[in-house]
Amino acid sequence: MRAYQFSEQPYYPTWNDHSGSLRVILPNRKCDPRVAADLFHRYYDEYQACDDIGLDIMLNEHHQSATCMSSAVVVGLSVLARATKKARLLVLGYPIGHRPDPLRVAEELATIDVISRGRLDMGFIKGIPYEIAASNLNPVELMERFWEAHDFILKAMTTHDGTFNWEGEYFHYRQVNIWPRPWQEPHPPVWSTTGSTTQARVLGERGYVMATLGTGYGTRKIYDAYRKSYLAKFGRAPTADRFAYLGLVAVAKDKEEARKRGHLIAGYLRTSSIVHLPFRNPPGYLPAEDNARLMRGETPPRSFTKDGRSINMHAATVEDLIAAGILFCGTPDEVYAQIVDFCEHCGGMGNLLMMGHGGELTHAQTIDNLTLFASDVLPRLKAYRQPDAEAAAAVMAA
Amino acid sequence: MLQRTDSAADSLVVEGTRIDLIERGKGRPLLFLHAENGIEPAAAAIEALAKSAHVIAPTHPGFGRSDVPKGMHTVDDLSYFYLDLLDQLDLRDVTLVGVAFGAWIAAEIAVKSTARLHRLVMANAVGIKVGERETRDIADVFALTEPEYLEIAYCDPNAGRRDYKSLPPAEVVAAARAREATARFAWSPYFHDPRLKSRLHRIRIPTLFLWGAHDRMVGEAYGRAYCAMIPGARFETVERAGHFPHQEQPDIFAKRVLAFMDGK
Repeated sequence: MRAYQFSEQPYYPTWNDHSGSLRVILPNRKCDPRVAADLFHRYYDEYQACDDIGLDIMLNEHHQSATCMSSAVVVGLSVLARATKKARLLVLGYPIGHRPDPLRVAEELATIDVISRGRLDMGFIKGIPYEIAASNLNPVELMERFWEAHDFILKAMTTHDGTFNWEGEYFHYRQVNIWPRPWQEPHPPVWSTTGSTTQARVLGERGYVMATLGTGYGTRKIYDAYRKSYLAKFGRAPTADRFAYLGLVAVAKDKEEARKRGHLIAGYLRTSSIVHLPFRNPPGYLPAEDNARLMRGETPPRSFTKDGRSINMHAATVEDLIAAGILFCGTPDEVYAQIVDFCEHCGGMGNLLMMGHGGELTHAQTIDNLTLFASDVLPRLKAYRQPDAEAAAAVMAA
Repeated sequence: MLQRTDSAADSLVVEGTRIDLIERGKGRPLLFLHAENGIEPAAAAIEALAKSAHVIAPTHPGFGRSDVPKGMHTVDDLSYFYLDLLDQLDLRDVTLVGVAFGAWIAAEIAVKSTARLHRLVMANAVGIKVGERETRDIADVFALTEPEYLEIAYCDPNAGRRDYKSLPPAEVVAAARAREATARFAWSPYFHDPRLKSRLHRIRIPTLFLWGAHDRMVGEAYGRAYCAMIPGARFETVERAGHFPHQEQPDIFAKRVLAFMDGK
């Protein structure tokens, strides 16, 4: 198993000072650039520590938000591509359907791959609903634009014998020939995220690494949708390295301290959906039939505990978050057991995207959390034998 | 004249795209282009108009149950779609009536050809940019809560309120599709075509602007500026109505339109 440390790089000092929205419309007067600078330096220090202790690194971006200051993820990737030596650098993700210029994206990512000497993992994502304002691109046909951008970026990264032409539905170029070309052949690995079985099938057909977030013990059915289409396409079951799961991780020598850390990290969950209502579901972001169900007040739960109880991850207690596999929390032994149990539920999960910092967890707590995880949990997870891929696929078929 | 189907509304295929279409009444042809809130809220106005005209009221591509062909993204596309429809049905001397988003389509049709048109009615029309770049001519409805939207779009917000839990499921899907289709065509540039303004002088048929006086989504000054760009166009307000005067005052709306058809 690999473990990628992830922080949203929050501007938490204003989390209790907003008028109902931490995103899109929260005036940036509430952001003190001096405080932001200190936070950025701290977060990059923590990422650099990961490089020293054997953790990989995950970055993301959100826009116009106090929940995440990384608004242009290529900036963080640039800093870390030079400052780190060993860690994989996963961007999960790059919201390519929101970008008017995918050629620029291909150039940025190829450059990061070269500077890091081939350590980039390239996650392309749809992006959450609140990001639309920052690009003003039409949320209708977002995924059609996403897939054209995806096709274009891979074509740009794999064309080495001169220019090519692109006159698509959404993007137009006549002389494409990126410099530098990426380090990894044929291109950095592609990852993506989803919460739906429909999209899981699409990702399975392509064999990309698929990540889910907050799906807890409802994850298996999404993974199985991936397994089914992967098996049909490639004639073999996908191994655990095709699957990733984003969970909150709080480890400490004693259980009580771990619970405290878990509660602080879960500040991410408690704040992430504080968004002015109209920005939560832009037109066209969901299919009309799904929107009609929402308009009728039908909101299916997303997160489930192992015994099938649904929870609201934005308001749940630490104990419920643990029961739902959203938070892995406790002593090193407990956290190891929780993660293994989750992998068994999933039928294999080879990439833990660990939120080892969130909310108001201090620098010292974060470093201790990451260090303890790297020394007392990760080695055992690396030695852990994932469920057999073919057996997992057979269970699915049955 | 129209292709009948088993469904509640009639159906028509124009250049491969199937749309719903209501046909009512007898007499002179009137093509009614509905607003961004869909065809359902226009029912009373259509019935009132049909007392003295042959009303043809399509559901725009992407709205209701109407298909939307791949690659159709703009009101310019919709205007050609309706020019094809006018040809296909061989309609002549048509009074073209558009409300709000529908009036934008009507303007885009009329700047291209008025050959089949007799009169043009534009109610609470959108489609052009009037103010300078940092002034929002048209409220950002996608950034409003539903109560906020109803407050600015209607004279009486209750007129626009819909209880989605008790509506038939198909009508709720239609409302969801109306929101999506509006975004498809009006997301950016927001509710306007930057090229339309410089083409409005080409509309040389009698034109009436009707304006729900309580429209706070797009104000009367915008409507008057728009009207002034079409040679000889006349401007009238409709009291006790907002952005959708055909919905809040269907009888008065129909009376004004029919009088204008008669050359009054």
